[in-house]
Amino acid sequence: MKKIFLITIVALLVGFAGCKKDTTFLDIPPIQVIPNDVAFSDPALVLSILGDLYNRQVDFSSLDGDGSQAGWRTFSDFSESFPSENGSYFIVQRTGWDYGSWGAWDYTYIRDLNLFIQRDSASTLLAAADKSRFLAEGRFLRANYYFELVKRMGGVPLILAPLQYDAAKGDVSTLRVPRSKESDIYDFIISEAEAIKTSLPLDATIKSRATKGAALALEARAAIYAASIAKYGASTPQVTLPGGEVGIPVAKASGYYTTALKAAQEIITGAAGSYQLYKVLPDLSDNFAAVFLDKSSVNQESIFVEDFKAGAGKTHGFTINDQPYSISDEGGDAGRLDPSLNFVEAFEKLDNTFAPIPTTDGTGNPLYYTNQFDIFAGRDARLAGTVLVPNALFKGKRVDIWAGYQLADGSILTSDVAGNLKALPGTSTPVQVVGTDGPINGLELRTQSGFYARKYLDPTVGSGRRGRGSDVAFIRYRFAEVLLNAAEAAYELGQNDVAAGYLNQVRSRAGLVIPLAAADLTFDRIVHERRVELAFEGHILFDYKRWRIAHLVWDGSPTSRADLISNLGKATQKSTQPWGLWPYKIYNPGSVNNGKWIFKENLPSAVTGANRFQFGNYYSFINDNIRSANPTIVKQPNQ
Amino acid sequence: MKINLNYMLLIAFCAVAVSCKKDNYNAPSSTLSGKLVYKGEVIGVENNQVPFELYQYGFGKVGAIGSSFAQEGTYSALLFDGDYKLIIPNGQGPFRWKYLASGAPDSTAITMKGNQTLDLEVTPYYMIRTPQITGGAGKVNATFKAEKIITDANAKNIEKVNLYINKTQFVSGNNDQNIANTGIAGTAIVDMNNITMSVTVPTFVPTQNYVFGRIGVKIAGVEDLIFSPVVKITF
Repeated sequence: MKKIFLITIVALLVGFAGCKKDTTFLDIPPIQVIPNDVAFSDPALVLSILGDLYNRQVDFSSLDGDGSQAGWRTFSDFSESFPSENGSYFIVQRTGWDYGSWGAWDYTYIRDLNLFIQRDSASTLLAAADKSRFLAEGRFLRANYYFELVKRMGGVPLILAPLQYDAAKGDVSTLRVPRSKESDIYDFIISEAEAIKTSLPLDATIKSRATKGAALALEARAAIYAASIAKYGASTPQVTLPGGEVGIPVAKASGYYTTALKAAQEIITGAAGSYQLYKVLPDLSDNFAAVFLDKSSVNQESIFVEDFKAGAGKTHGFTINDQPYSISDEGGDAGRLDPSLNFVEAFEKLDNTFAPIPTTDGTGNPLYYTNQFDIFAGRDARLAGTVLVPNALFKGKRVDIWAGYQLADGSILTSDVAGNLKALPGTSTPVQVVGTDGPINGLELRTQSGFYARKYLDPTVGSGRRGRGSDVAFIRYRFAEVLLNAAEAAYELGQNDVAAGYLNQVRSRAGLVIPLAAADLTFDRIVHERRVELAFEGHILFDYKRWRIAHLVWDGSPTSRADLISNLGKATQKSTQPWGLWPYKIYNPGSVNNGKWIFKENLPSAVTGANRFQFGNYYSFINDNIRSANPTIVKQPNQ
Repeated sequence: MKINLNYMLLIAFCAVAVSCKKDNYNAPSSTLSGKLVYKGEVIGVENNQVPFELYQYGFGKVGAIGSSFAQEGTYSALLFDGDYKLIIPNGQGPFRWKYLASGAPDSTAITMKGNQTLDLEVTPYYMIRTPQITGGAGKVNATFKAEKIITDANAKNIEKVNLYINKTQFVSGNNDQNIANTGIAGTAIVDMNNITMSVTVPTFVPTQNYVFGRIGVKIAGVEDLIFSPVVKITF
């Protein structure tokens, strides 16, 4: 009896619970997903969606990242530096790059940008000002990403609305978009930048969101890339495709140069906000380093940055990875990115001439220096602003870089252990015989080239600790680059005096106060200036690609000492292996040279490969999966 | 815990029974091999630098089965029986392949049914004729004759001729494939029928009483060099 009662009750309960209508039971607004119409009604919500899209931007070099994606490694290639980490020697041991290197094909990101643009356009509840600014930012990010794609892949499918798959038809062929012409992508970027610049805020203090200045800087850089591909692409006719997906006709060059000059001049004349070169500190090298460190409103040079904030979850490990070993905040974590001598040799003397770092006199005898600094004296201030040379100051301490003692008989007394003590000949008290920062071949995390990186290296207390990290910003666009873009465009348009004017602004900030005359300008000068000013900012690969000199500079044959010190300042100077400069202290009591320094060019022993850039590297491989899913995609040339 | 033999046997039986299934496919067993030839003469290239691609249609997505030629100009691929198409991608090799009117490389149809040898006929820009590489302990000398094969609108000049020597049998301009090399710029060649080069053999450890030598001709605007056969020089 009792059993029947129970069963009835349960059945009734179940029955009544199931009586609810489907519509009231199933159509509950989800509480963990915000529907589009709600999201696009509140500016704060739209900004959070946009924040994600900003975070997903792609840069060639970036300060953050871990493990195999570690930020420092993205700065370390192309013989401009030596990677002092056991797991990263492959960078200097390979004999070239895979055709797939540097490829990008993130159409998920493009779809999300297109959806954002579509939804923002459709929104009715946002204030008009907010709506148009968000829309312009979405279009800026999309144009910027297409720029990233076209630099790496050439012409790509230009998709400007979210594609919809019709499951009922089951036909994907309508979604197969062929590659656009390379010039079409550049035209798109330029026209987008022009279209959105007035919808973006005219405010030079906004750095991490798109502004008018950022849009114009993007336009200037894109136009100069397109122009140089058109002009210099003529020298490599094999790097083209008949459909124009790769390669731009030479006739378009001057049009693009004009666009680049116009966009750059709009920033230079102040029409996009008050941007100017950073000239704050009296010491020009410290000043140059501070361009990348100073995030206050005093810094009017940076235009568009990837910002970080310590203690707020967005930091990076660049300083942890690259701080000098002897001054490390995090014992045993340091010294990975070591600028090469190839790069250091590129800095010219204050009289605007090029000369090798003087290690020997005309007959091959070593030159003796009282201080380690002396060998670098009288050079471009950007050298000491970009590179920590031996004995340089960081966080109030001096780096200790020297490779050992050279004895009276010419032999070397050194050790495999950094900072080790040994007794000098004729003495019994052990003294330090090698720097605590190296250089010692094969000893990771200390310099092996004789230099440490200084650009982006954060002197803030704790920035080198893993627990805190650094919040130095990565500058994507800055005023000096705009000046260099303007100079290049003006030079190519035959306006040498205009070009010299812009170039001299950048150079005088670096202590090169003797102005270049209009007649001094050459293509080599333009290339050189970008190499030293914009070093470690993710430019060198794309610059050398667009000038079509990458296959000449990285030609796959070893770099000899003669190659290293000849053709300085030439655009096509060979640089396939990163060399180092090792200081030695003389121990020869009784000689006038006792205690002085000599320097030797030295190829770190880990360097066994030589960079070889093939024609097939100019445009990254589009993988088989992409091409078989969309057979209308044509292959890259020379692959 | 007591180990129960019965359970163990049961588990072992299950494992064996599950793995009894036959493999889906036999491994590919037909070898396609051959070499690059011009009128029957082999064309030497740099090892692993000149690729070719095989395509097989009819099995879902199509992707290249890619590989590359050995330095003697030979190639081989282990394939399933079936129909394939072979191309040499544009811009590869010191020669011209056959092209379609659109400029895309034309394909060679291959039907695999057992092993097959297929020489690929190409037209090089130049041929290295009568190469002679000789030498003693100090020096390696080479003489050869360069014959221009393509003389129509696609003709190209010689950018440089090189003599490479290496300790191992892999000899090319690549960083780790030569210990010494010498070159003459194309503009400095006076007589195409008698080109002479000489390279000093550097000292190296461990010492050996032989080196391998090879002549490479760099054609202007073409990345890959055409090479003579590798010669072992004992001294």
